[in-house]
Amino acid sequence: MTHPHGELENISKKVRLDIIDMIYKAGSGHPGGSLSAVEVLVALYFEILKDNDRFFLSNGHVCPALYAVMAEKGVVDKNLLSTYTEIGSALQGHPERTKLKGIENTSGPLGLGLAQAAGYAAIKKNEYVYCMTSDGEHDEGNHWEAVAFAAKYKLSNLIQIVDVNGIQIEGTVEEIMPLGNLKEKYEASGWNVIEIDGHDFGRIIDSIDKVKNVKDRPSVILAKTIFGKGVSFMEGNPDWHAKAPNEKEYKKAMEELK
Amino acid sequence: MMKSMRDGFGEALVELGKKNPDVVVLTADLADSTRVKEFAEAFPDRFFQVGVAEQALVTVAAGMAEAGKIPFTTSYAVFSPGRTFEQIKVTAALSDLPVKIVGSHAGFGASMYGATHQSLEDIALMRVIPNMVVVSPCDYLEAKKATVAVAENGKPSYLRLSRQDSPIITDENSKFEIGKIGILKEGKNPQVAIIGTGPILNEAILAGEELQKNGIEITVINNHTIKPIDELSIIRAAKTCGAVVTIEEHQINGGLGGAIAEVLGRNFPVPIEMIGVNDSFGESAKDYRELWKKFGLTKENIIEAVKKVIVRKSY
Repeated sequence: MTHPHGELENISKKVRLDIIDMIYKAGSGHPGGSLSAVEVLVALYFEILKDNDRFFLSNGHVCPALYAVMAEKGVVDKNLLSTYTEIGSALQGHPERTKLKGIENTSGPLGLGLAQAAGYAAIKKNEYVYCMTSDGEHDEGNHWEAVAFAAKYKLSNLIQIVDVNGIQIEGTVEEIMPLGNLKEKYEASGWNVIEIDGHDFGRIIDSIDKVKNVKDRPSVILAKTIFGKGVSFMEGNPDWHAKAPNEKEYKKAMEELK
Repeated sequence: MMKSMRDGFGEALVELGKKNPDVVVLTADLADSTRVKEFAEAFPDRFFQVGVAEQALVTVAAGMAEAGKIPFTTSYAVFSPGRTFEQIKVTAALSDLPVKIVGSHAGFGASMYGATHQSLEDIALMRVIPNMVVVSPCDYLEAKKATVAVAENGKPSYLRLSRQDSPIITDENSKFEIGKIGILKEGKNPQVAIIGTGPILNEAILAGEELQKNGIEITVINNHTIKPIDELSIIRAAKTCGAVVTIEEHQINGGLGGAIAEVLGRNFPVPIEMIGVNDSFGESAKDYRELWKKFGLTKENIIEAVKKVIVRKSY
């Protein structure tokens, strides 16, 4: 590991502050999922992704987290963050590959990213292809079509990380559309599965190292996370799927995240 | 000679496969009937069977395009683009990736299977998407040329194909260029321009021959590229002839008729009669020609429309 955990935690802290800042300034965005995805994205950009590796973000609505991590990494100009969703900005409300260098796939409509990543992985067998998805988007048929495709073609270079934060737009995943036992579903579909705490850098990095050794199947890491992680009044509350904080909430959130 | 467009497509694909290692083919459990079986046998490593999963068909292909390939996706037009509109919009067109959507059995080709399998809306679906190229060839030879042109254009593209054997109405030497109309019959001092797309253009040629016997000269234009549409040539034809009849095996609403009306309405309005399916669903029939007759897409309907539009010129 090149960065000690403390350093990754510091980066995550800055990223969370940026996320709340961007969404507050824009007056729109998806704070809950953005905050839950932070550690996985930081681990990917600072520890895992190598030159020839690719990263596909499927749940594109968490792009404030992606943009902030890319800015910390230096692949996006930090000054751009405050332009998120402004007219003419490279930082679109959902990420677009033709507008911002470093974005692999245009995303936002759910259930598409794993299929795109699988298509890429089927061609570039010598590259590792990472794809972040959300548990909520497992409602989508397109996603499961890709699950079957990746297993059939034994795409062992495809590594999916599911942000299992348990929340979707109108409620908990359990209320809206229960997924059943995701681990067993993936295993039955021919995937290698690891379950981890998605906020634990040690476990994230370790699990990626492990799945890289699996040579006959695609792998999925089910990363259990806390929706809205770090902001007490957002944690686990579906109201914060797509809502910007007001001034009072903004100040409170920034205070808690410092 | 009668041959199908899907056969032209399949043959061209094998030739393309030999020349260009970046051409890959995906199908949604319809390799045989979309005529990609030969490609699959010749290039097994470049062929992907995704199962009855049209959404994956398009999105997996988009990932392959991202990896530098030229993916041809094949299914029936009712399923793709029928089911895959959003996938095409987001992962191909908005993403600016050269994914090729091949919709076979378009129009009434799957006549026996009924309305669920007859694609009369696909042109409208595809032509409304920005950055999308929409090509609808008219015979076996043109399908071959269109396949090659679409492979080489670097753009997200829709290629519309028919199932049935149909007369060859172009020739080996006629030039095919995306975005440029072809002329199938040029009248002397023509009174009407018939602008059509697909194999139904044969009916226009037959109508032209009969009209000529009665002293009415027409020009028959093969509008194989619905998008980008050849505005200049269409305006020129309207100026020369002063009236237009459109013909297509598709809904008039949003189809070729709509596209031509958009061009001429904005640039050079002339009387237009539109032949196509008029806001209704198809139905089962043993032969597609029974449906052409029932829905008013035959030589006789064209002759009637030509006579009507000539009268309207004098209003």
